[in-house]
Amino acid sequence: MAAKVITITSGKGGVGKTTATANIGAALAKGGHTVACIDADIGLRNLDVVMGLENRIVYDLVDAVEGRCRLKQAMIKDKHIPGLFLIPSAQTRDKNAVSPTDMIRLCDELRSEMDYILIDSPAGIERGFRNALAPADEVIVVTNPEVSAVRDADRIIGIIEAEEKGPAKLLINRLNPEMVRHKNMISADDVVDLLAIQLIGIIPEDKNVIISTNTGVPVATDGKSLAGEAYRNVSLRLQGNTVPFMDLSKGSGLFGLISNVFGTGE
Amino acid sequence: MGKKNIEIKGIRDGILVEISSGDWKKREKELLDHIKNNKQFFKGGRLALDVGSHKLKTDRLASLRNALSDQNITLWAVKSSSLVTERTAQNLGLSIRIQQSTAEQQGEFPSSTIEGEEAVFVQRTLRSGHKIKHVGHVIILGDVNPGAEIVAGGNIIVWGRLRGTVHAGAKGDEEAVVCALQLSPTQLRIADKISISPAEDRKVEPEIAQLKDGQVIARNWNSRSG
Ligand SMILES: Nc1ncnc2c1ncn2[C@@H]1O[C@H](COP(=O)(O)OP(=O)(O)O)[C@@H](O)[C@H]1O
Ligand SMILES: [Mg+2]
Repeated sequence: MAAKVITITSGKGGVGKTTATANIGAALAKGGHTVACIDADIGLRNLDVVMGLENRIVYDLVDAVEGRCRLKQAMIKDKHIPGLFLIPSAQTRDKNAVSPTDMIRLCDELRSEMDYILIDSPAGIERGFRNALAPADEVIVVTNPEVSAVRDADRIIGIIEAEEKGPAKLLINRLNPEMVRHKNMISADDVVDLLAIQLIGIIPEDKNVIISTNTGVPVATDGKSLAGEAYRNVSLRLQGNTVPFMDLSKGSGLFGLISNVFGTGE
Repeated sequence: MGKKNIEIKGIRDGILVEISSGDWKKREKELLDHIKNNKQFFKGGRLALDVGSHKLKTDRLASLRNALSDQNITLWAVKSSSLVTERTAQNLGLSIRIQQSTAEQQGEFPSSTIEGEEAVFVQRTLRSGHKIKHVGHVIILGDVNPGAEIVAGGNIIVWGRLRGTVHAGAKGDEEAVVCALQLSPTQLRIADKISISPAEDRKVEPEIAQLKDGQVIARNWNSRSG
């Protein structure tokens, strides 16, 4: 095995990177893959909360990097899904405790044992982002369909291109079809048209996401929610499958084909 | 011993390191070793590099920047006589001008036989946050996205969709023009005149914008006069 390292990042904060990491990780692991999710947001750790593993943390990423524990000891097994692991970030330590080379070394150590390594990146272009980007084989940029988030996504896509880690893939999160219909939200088409990179998924606005954050069970593991379905589709596309995009405009429950620009880009 | 391979100079904006020619990997190591041996001096500092004729692609420059960032040093500018290196530096968001080196740099270019026809050609989409500033004309093969900016002493030609901010004739040339396959800039300036794109959707057709009686006028490329 040789893991693929996928970094999940964004220009603007709070657009759904951590939620996406937890859900894509869960969906890939449910599909029988071994997956390590790394929380690279030092100082603001929360992937552990979203995955419901907070109370199991003994060692973290910085402990592993600084040699206070073996990497294995910092890996927390998921409660429900076999093959899913979390390497939590440190809570209150020096943001510079981890360097890009540390991250490359750490991922290389994991590669032989995992199918996928997902890195939850902090937003922005600071050191934490560089750490998350350095080991990436593939990058997913998350944005909301909102002018300022898209603008920041564009900027980060440019930086990823300059670092020769591109082309990044696009995940549009919190799309509200009702609002798009009433022209109160930019459409997924418009976002794809501007950013001109390949679309890997559209996740609808879904209150189940917020509920699941509280219970620590990602929606991707729940058969019924629309967002869960969308995340499972993302994981299938990451594995190289062609999966039609859900027709969100018809309201919940009805899945169909969208017959337009999706899938352009590369 | 001859001239040192690594020369350290203090400049207004921090520290300038001049790197002599030869094997890049060796020079890079010498630089990093020197920094490690003089941690206190470099710590937390801003560093500019003059790499001379070293031709550096993105992976090399990015890995050096990461190595410097590991040492808590910010690389902010790279000066080079190699166009490849200059482009790499620009792509990485680094400055390629140190102090008032503009004039000096231009002296190094072979002088154009046709007066006033100097242009830069950029073959990629300018994304938000990218800025291009040039004394002559600027030609983009790609889109100019919202949040990107071009300032040109001469004309601006965009073979793509222009949705960012552009300023042609920035030094006062009222004859300067802006052309694009789709002209819907956030803001367009020619010389000292400003126009803001009408909010409604623009036609998707090649247009040219220029000054007429002190006003910015955009017209279909085909119906232009003269
Ligand atoms: N599809 C969605 N529908 C509703 N709420 C969402 C959705 N995706 C994310 N959220 C909420 O948005 C907030 C920010 O998400 P998070 O994943 O922490 O973002 P980031 O990691 O980018 O800062 C959280 O409260 C999360 O529950
Ligand atoms: Mg987060």
